Amino acid sequence: MTRIQQQEDKLNLAPKKFNMWIFIFTSFMFFAALTSGFIVYSGGTGHGIHIILPQAFMYSTAVIVLSSVTMFMASRAAKGLQFAKQRLYLWLTIILGILFFIIQIYAWYVLVYKMGIYFTNPNASQSFIYVFTGMHLLHILAGILLLGYTLWGSYRNIPQVKNLFGMQMSSIFWHFVDIIWIYLYVFLLLNQY
Amino acid sequence: MSTLSVQDHGVAHHEEDHGHHHKQSFLTKYIFSQDHKMIAKQFLITGITMAVIAMLLSILFRIQLAYPEKSFPLLETLLGRFAPNGRLDSNFYLALVTIHGTIMVFFVLTAGLSGTFANLLIPLQLGARDMASPFLNMLSYWFFFTASVIMLSSFFIQKGPASGGWTIYPPLSALPKAMPGSGMGMTLWLISMVLFIASQLMAGINYVSTILNMRTKGMDLWKMPLTVWALFLTAVLGVLAFPVLVAGVVLLVFDRSFGTSFYLSEIVLNGTQVQPYEGGSPILFQHLFWFLGHPEVYIVIMPAMGISSEVMSVNSRKPIFGYHAMVYSLIGITVLSFIVWGHHMFVTGMNPFLGGVFMITTLIIAVPSAVKTFNWLATLWRGNIRFTAAMLFAIGMVSFFISGGLTGIFLGNAALDINLHDTYFVVAHFHLVMGSAAIFGMLAGVYHWFPKMFGRLMNEKLGYLHFWITFIGAYLVFFPMHFMGLDGVPRRYYAFTEFESMKRWLSVNTFITWAAIMAAVAQFAFLFNFIYSIFFGKKATQNPWQANTLEWTTPVEHLHGNWPGEIPTVYRWPYDYSKPGAEEDFIPQTVPLSQTMSSNLPHDFEDNPTGLQEHAKWINTQNKNEEVK
Repeated sequence: MTRIQQQEDKLNLAPKKFNMWIFIFTSFMFFAALTSGFIVYSGGTGHGIHIILPQAFMYSTAVIVLSSVTMFMASRAAKGLQFAKQRLYLWLTIILGILFFIIQIYAWYVLVYKMGIYFTNPNASQSFIYVFTGMHLLHILAGILLLGYTLWGSYRNIPQVKNLFGMQMSSIFWHFVDIIWIYLYVFLLLNQY
Repeated sequence: MSTLSVQDHGVAHHEEDHGHHHKQSFLTKYIFSQDHKMIAKQFLITGITMAVIAMLLSILFRIQLAYPEKSFPLLETLLGRFAPNGRLDSNFYLALVTIHGTIMVFFVLTAGLSGTFANLLIPLQLGARDMASPFLNMLSYWFFFTASVIMLSSFFIQKGPASGGWTIYPPLSALPKAMPGSGMGMTLWLISMVLFIASQLMAGINYVSTILNMRTKGMDLWKMPLTVWALFLTAVLGVLAFPVLVAGVVLLVFDRSFGTSFYLSEIVLNGTQVQPYEGGSPILFQHLFWFLGHPEVYIVIMPAMGISSEVMSVNSRKPIFGYHAMVYSLIGITVLSFIVWGHHMFVTGMNPFLGGVFMITTLIIAVPSAVKTFNWLATLWRGNIRFTAAMLFAIGMVSFFISGGLTGIFLGNAALDINLHDTYFVVAHFHLVMGSAAIFGMLAGVYHWFPKMFGRLMNEKLGYLHFWITFIGAYLVFFPMHFMGLDGVPRRYYAFTEFESMKRWLSVNTFITWAAIMAAVAQFAFLFNFIYSIFFGKKATQNPWQANTLEWTTPVEHLHGNWPGEIPTVYRWPYDYSKPGAEEDFIPQTVPLSQTMSSNLPHDFEDNPTGLQEHAKWINTQNKNEEVK
C-alpha cells in the first residue's frame, strides 16, 4: 500500500507546481525586503550609490532575457514532443545562464579593480550592489541546477507527464529569476545617483 | 479537479491492496517518516521538550530576580562557571533571558504549535491522504530538529549562548566582541535560526498548497473548520514574513563576518578600540526584524485561536457564533499584521507622524480581535457546556487573550509607549496575550486531539489539576508585572537591588518567582499525564467528543492514507451542533442534507434550488400530516 501511496503522491503534480509558485512568493519577499532595506538605509543616512554601474550589467541583462526566450522555445518543443529540439534549447538556456553568471562576476571585477568600489564599504548603499547581485546569483545557481536536472530527465526518457512537469517547474523558476534580475537592475539604475 | 480524479484513482488500488500490507521499517516509520500524523507527533514531542527546557531556564533567572544577593551552592554544582559562588553570572542571566525567549517564541509556539496541528489537522480535516509534498514535510521536521539541537548546543561552548535578547539587535549581535554571548553563541544562534526559517518555509509552503489544492469533494473554503482557516492564514503569514528575516540576517552576517557597515556606525569598543565601521543604521535591522517580528506574534496566536474556536464549539454543543465573522477577522488580522511593525520602534527617534500612522493601524487590530472575543463568548452563551480539560484550556486562552489584549491598546499608543517601552509592562502584556494565550490554545489542542494522535484518552482529573494551577499561576506571575512596569522597572535587568527606586519591588519579585515555581511544578502533572496516557491511557473511541469534523471519521488505528476506503464527501459546514429537529446534538460533515430532512432549514439550500424545492415539499407534507392529526 505504501508503494501505491507513493506512486499516488508522485502523480499529485498540481499541488507540487503550486508549491513552486509559493516558493517564488517567498523569494520575491526576500528581494523586496532587501530593496526596502536599501530604501530605508539610503533614506535614513543620506548615502546613495553615487556611481555609474558597470556596462557589464547591461550585457548580462541581455543574456538573461535571451535565456528566457530559449527557455520558452524549450517548453514549446517539449509540448510538441520534439525532444531533440527541447534538449538543444535547454542546453542553450543553461549555457546562457552560465554566461550570465560569468558576466556578473566580471561586473564585480570591474567594480572592485576598475572603480574601487568594495563590498566592505562605509557607504552600505554600495555594499548593497553586491548583496543584490550575490543573492540573485544564488538563485541563478539553483535555477541552473534545476535546468540541469530537467535536461538529465529528458535524456533518460522519463514519461512525458513528468517531462512536462519538470519543464514547467524549471521554466516558472527561470522566468522568475529573469524578472527578479530586471527588477533589481532597474532598481539599481533608478538609485544610481 | 485533476487532483480529485487522481485521488479516486488511488482509492481503487487501496481496496484491492489491503491484503499485502507492506511492513515499514522502524527507520521509515518513526524516524524519517513521511506520514503527516507521525510528523505531527514528532513536532509535538520536540516542541514539548523544548518548552520544558525553556521553562526551566525561566525558573533559573526567576531565582536570580527573587534572591539577587543570595548564594545557592546547588546552582554552582549544576551550572559550573555560569554560576560562580552559587550566584548566576550576569552575562549568563542575559543568555538565559535570550534563549528562553527564542525557544518559546520560535521553537515552541511557532514550530511546536503550527507544526503539530497543521500537520495533524490539515489533511485530516480537509479529507486529504497526506500533504502536497510529504518529502518536504519530513525535511521540514528534520531541519527544525537540527535547529533545536544547535540552539541548545550553544550552552556547551566556552562563552555561553547568545545574550543580546531574542530580537538580536545590532550592535550587540553584529560585533563578535561586544559581549561574551556575541561571539560563538551568536553564530550558533544565527545558524540555528537559518535552519529554522528554512524549516518553517518548507512547512508553510506545504500547508498553503495542501489547503488550496487537496480538499475532498464538497469541502469548499466556506465549509472548512476554523482551525484550518487559522492554520492557513498562519502559513500565509509565515511564507510572507520569514523571508524578510532572512534578508535581515544575511545583512547581519555580512556585518559580523565580512566587515560591511549595514547596521554598524562609529563604534568604540572598551573605550579604546575604534571599530572601522561607518554610516550604518541599527534601525534598519529593527525595521527588517519587526517586519517579520510582528506577523510572528500572529503566527503564534492564530493557530491557538483556531483551535480554541473548534474546541469551544464542540464542547458548547453549539455552532460557533459568527463563523464568517471569525474568518474575516482572521483575514483582517493577517493583513493588518504587516503594517503595524513600527509600534515596536516608537522610541527609536521615529518621525512622530509615522508613529501616529503605526499607532492607528495598531489600534485597528483591536477591532478584529474584539470580534473574535465577542464570538467566543457568544458561543459559550447558553451552550450545553462540557467542561473537558480541552474546553477549560480554550476558555483560559480567551481569558488571557482579553486581559493581555487590553494592555496592548495602551502599548500601541505612541505617547504612552514612551513611558512603558521596555518595562515589565511589556513583559506582562506579551506573556499574557501571546505567551499564555498561545500555550493554552496549544494545550487545549493537545487534550482535544490526543485521542486522534495516540488512540487513547488523557486523564481528565489530572487535566483539571494542570489547568487550575497553571491558570492561577500564570495570572499570579504576570499580573503583578503590570504594576512594576507602570513604576518604570525595566526588563532584562540583572538585579533590581542595585537601584534605590526599584528595591521595593524585591518582595513582588519573590512572590512572582514562587508563583512561577508553582506553575512549573504543575506542568509535571501534564508531562506525566501525557507520557502515561500514550501507553496506558483509556482506549479512545472513534469520535470521543461527538464532533462533526472529518478527522473523527478516520479509524482509531492510524494508517498511511488516513481513510481505508474512499475519502468521505462533505455536505455541510462543520458546526451543525444542537440543530433544532435533529436526532442527535451533532451532525457530522459527511451526513448529506437528504438524511436530515427534519432539521434542514431554508438557508441550508442557498445555492441549491432543487434542494430548496425538495425541502419545501417535505415541509408541506409534514404540515398536511399535522392537519390530518
